[in-house]
Amino acid sequence: MSSGISSGIRFDSVSVAYDGNVVLDSLDLTVGPGEVMALLGPSGSGKTTALRAVAGFVRPVSGRVFLGDRDVTDLPPHRRGIGMVVQQYALFPHLRVADNVAFGLRARRTPKAEVRERVAEALEMTGMAAYARRHPRELSGGQQQRVAIARALAIRPEVLLLDEPLSALDAQLRSGMLAELGRLHRELPDVSILYVTHDQVEALTLADRIAVMDRARLRACGTPTELYRAPADEFTASFVGGANLLPVTVGAGGVDFAGVAVKVDTGGVAAGARATLCVRPHLVGLGEGPNRLVGTVTDVQWRGATHRLCVEVGGEVVMADLRELRDPPGFGDSVSLHFAAEDAVLLPVGVGRG
Amino acid sequence: MLVHSRGARWAVWAVFAVLFLPLFALPLLVVLGASSATHWSGVLPSGPTVANFRSATRGDALQALTTSLVTAVTASLLALAVGTWAALAAAGLKKRYRRIVDALFVLPVAVPSVVVGLSLLVAFSKPPMLLNGTRWIVILAHTVLVTAFAHQSVSAAITRLDPAYEQAAASLGARPAYVLWRVRLPLLLPSLTAAAGLCFALSMGELSATMMLYPPDWTPLPVLIYSATDRGALFAGSALAVVLMAATLIVLFAVSRVRNRASYR
Repeated sequence: MSSGISSGIRFDSVSVAYDGNVVLDSLDLTVGPGEVMALLGPSGSGKTTALRAVAGFVRPVSGRVFLGDRDVTDLPPHRRGIGMVVQQYALFPHLRVADNVAFGLRARRTPKAEVRERVAEALEMTGMAAYARRHPRELSGGQQQRVAIARALAIRPEVLLLDEPLSALDAQLRSGMLAELGRLHRELPDVSILYVTHDQVEALTLADRIAVMDRARLRACGTPTELYRAPADEFTASFVGGANLLPVTVGAGGVDFAGVAVKVDTGGVAAGARATLCVRPHLVGLGEGPNRLVGTVTDVQWRGATHRLCVEVGGEVVMADLRELRDPPGFGDSVSLHFAAEDAVLLPVGVGRG
Repeated sequence: MLVHSRGARWAVWAVFAVLFLPLFALPLLVVLGASSATHWSGVLPSGPTVANFRSATRGDALQALTTSLVTAVTASLLALAVGTWAALAAAGLKKRYRRIVDALFVLPVAVPSVVVGLSLLVAFSKPPMLLNGTRWIVILAHTVLVTAFAHQSVSAAITRLDPAYEQAAASLGARPAYVLWRVRLPLLLPSLTAAAGLCFALSMGELSATMMLYPPDWTPLPVLIYSATDRGALFAGSALAVVLMAATLIVLFAVSRVRNRASYR
């Protein structure tokens, strides 16, 4: 709102519980000024609760929430100065688009001339200037979401909270709005954004960093590349991008998977230990090559641009996403798969299953 | 249409006619017929006249109509204010306390209205709270009786209200009072007008508690109708009843016009 020095969000071991049911378990997380942080996780992972704790709609049972250097834990929502956009837009149905956008400014008794100016600016920024006189019910879902974003931006918040903002839109509109959000963030480089989503594509596209949540806990936090290329545990590996998680035994200079010696970097894992090998399906190739695995096709899915093969190798199913095959193998055929050693990541077993 | 076969549809209409006409339509038609007649000795009323209406719209009758209208409007507005306030306050309470508030507000409906009238008479007959003999005791009685309905319909609407609107408003920096006036009440407007219409209609027809309380200078129309029929002036009473019915329907129609403009979805 007015402090203006340093924005950003900091969770200091924030826990939230409803009737003794812990829905957020001592979350420590810092969103830097101007940073886009995605909270990624399945439903019930606590990501929305974390966002609501920042907005002030849930009160933590312990821990503090900071906006910049202000401790806002005990402040009511209307004194926090945040912009928020939710999945169902929540535009005020009785107000026209311009009045919806002006709402926050009028609530703060902003001078009339400035209200007009800022409403025009916010509508311009979201491409909704032509719809100022309409009522929300006269707009499509995508347009309503733009108005909701304009409404949140009009108060010039330092922190913008986005709660599954694209989930109610259809796939095509979603990718357009995703690009739009990216552009808005480039135009407003000082606004910290907390972006709650269950969609890994949204998180990978938009976020500077991703915090992966599962069962009320923070599992991993890092840049999209870090989490994708070198996931720290099985949950992160499978949730960010999808992965083959193969049980292996570590040997010298490689691992043993279902009786096949596979050459990968074993890092610091001791020989003889059990571990999980993570290989992205689109990095698995068909035919001869390094780290060859032979198995039987159990499923072939044609997805337009790609084919997904599921191949049973020594009791484990290995998925491979291949560029559309002219002559795909049939069910029960014996095929060879391969992957490059540098495309596989070895994960210590058991991590992330707790 | 739920019933598809032609024969069954006719049967449904027949049952509807048999049940609806004698129960609801016929008595109203009889009143309508009697209001413009001087005799009713055969099957149909006879001796058509407008004299009944002429006397039903002037003098004491006109006075009674205004009394009824003023009482009903005042009582409905008071009931709406109190009922809405209580419903909004109860919405912020824990479930257990909310049930207690709801139960308290249903009480005047659960108790026979004669009892409500009597209790007000006993309670307000001595100084310093001497309302007996004034118009205010009638208005108070009507308010007490209709507040239950206002409270019930408004609190039902509040539970249906999506909390996302209030939260969006609060996150934009609106104080709770601002949220109430600019978001919650406007969104509740359709239910508020519906509740107002209901309260008004109930108050216009209230007789049993009014009978025990009304002072001579504040005689609502239902009392006049009752005394007319009581002394045998059936045709004059019918004309008064038609006037009461028409006045109520006109106001309800106006309220529903307001409601249609207030519903946004």
